[in-house]
Amino acid sequence: MKNFLLASTLTAATLFSGFTYAADYNIDREGTHASIIFKIKHLGYSWLTGRFNDFDGKFSYDQETADASKINVVIQTASLDSNHAERDKHLKGEEFLDVSKYPTSTFTSTKYTAIDEDSGTLTGEFTLHGVTKTISFPIEKIGEGTDPWGGYRAGFSGKTTLKLTDYGIDYDLGPASTHVELELYIEGIRQ
Amino acid sequence: MLRNSSKSYGWISIVIHWFMAIAIFFMFGLGLYMVELTYYDAWYKGSLDLHKSLGLVLLGFLIFRVFWRVINTQPTALAGPKWQQVMAHGMHHSLYLVMLLLLVSGYLISTADGRAIVVFDLLNIPALPWHIENQEDIAGEIHAILSWLLMALSAVHALAALKHHFINKDRTLKRMLKVDNAN
Repeated sequence: MKNFLLASTLTAATLFSGFTYAADYNIDREGTHASIIFKIKHLGYSWLTGRFNDFDGKFSYDQETADASKINVVIQTASLDSNHAERDKHLKGEEFLDVSKYPTSTFTSTKYTAIDEDSGTLTGEFTLHGVTKTISFPIEKIGEGTDPWGGYRAGFSGKTTLKLTDYGIDYDLGPASTHVELELYIEGIRQ
Repeated sequence: MLRNSSKSYGWISIVIHWFMAIAIFFMFGLGLYMVELTYYDAWYKGSLDLHKSLGLVLLGFLIFRVFWRVINTQPTALAGPKWQQVMAHGMHHSLYLVMLLLLVSGYLISTADGRAIVVFDLLNIPALPWHIENQEDIAGEIHAILSWLLMALSAVHALAALKHHFINKDRTLKRMLKVDNAN
């Protein structure tokens, strides 16, 4: 009886939850099979890359019901790492990310539109430097399947470009360096 | 002449004292100025290189200064109330300590990622083999606070010396200006 009740509740919850068959994944933070990389032009002559070392998130995805996919990522902005402490200090300071005032940056998806099996467009609310904007960018599925250790994984990549002044960062880095590219490589372990 | 005597400071102590005094005031101004420079200012990189190089030179001087103080006699305290002598010595020790912490905190900002500091393109001072999380931010906060503290302490130290010179008309300041074994 108890089991029957539980099963009924679960069925009901599944039926009304909106994304019926989507599986839930946690970003593989422990094994660090995920990265968030930023890229900005240096003087217009080259690219400077850096990354955020500390972030976490979850997503729901199922190929059959891809349009119901969801993702939520929280980035600890103080974990910025451009492999140069003096620059990191500057970028974390008040003139750029102001991490003591804005310790996190978040992305919460609101919509996913599948283009084909392995790609789609993700739309969501992105918060950086205290400013929230709706952004859309292409997502690609790299692959999914069982891993050798008894789990099931799925991985995606995405790329978007942000205009720094849109997020209230108006430090003059020169005319070639007004936008920053963000690259996301996410691997999740199915729960 | 070079060494201290019970009457007066020797030339080595005097020269180090004034070199460090001038360099530290210069560094304070340079520090305030350089953090306001923007990326496209021609001196954006040069000012920081100079600040780091001079900082490490000052650290070398400070280490030598303490060593020199330890192996030398100190001039006997001039006549005056006991509390003043205690205060003066307390101030000297505070200045040494704050200078040391200020210089070390600066070093810890620039070496937070294991990078060495290049002193005037001549010498590489390596980073410590370990570091803490967000070291550049923590050391930076400490560095900024200590720089103002050192300015405040120096101001009190200087005012006290001027007070002795102009009001008490004693040899406190003169002893630090030239070697005088006659009196």
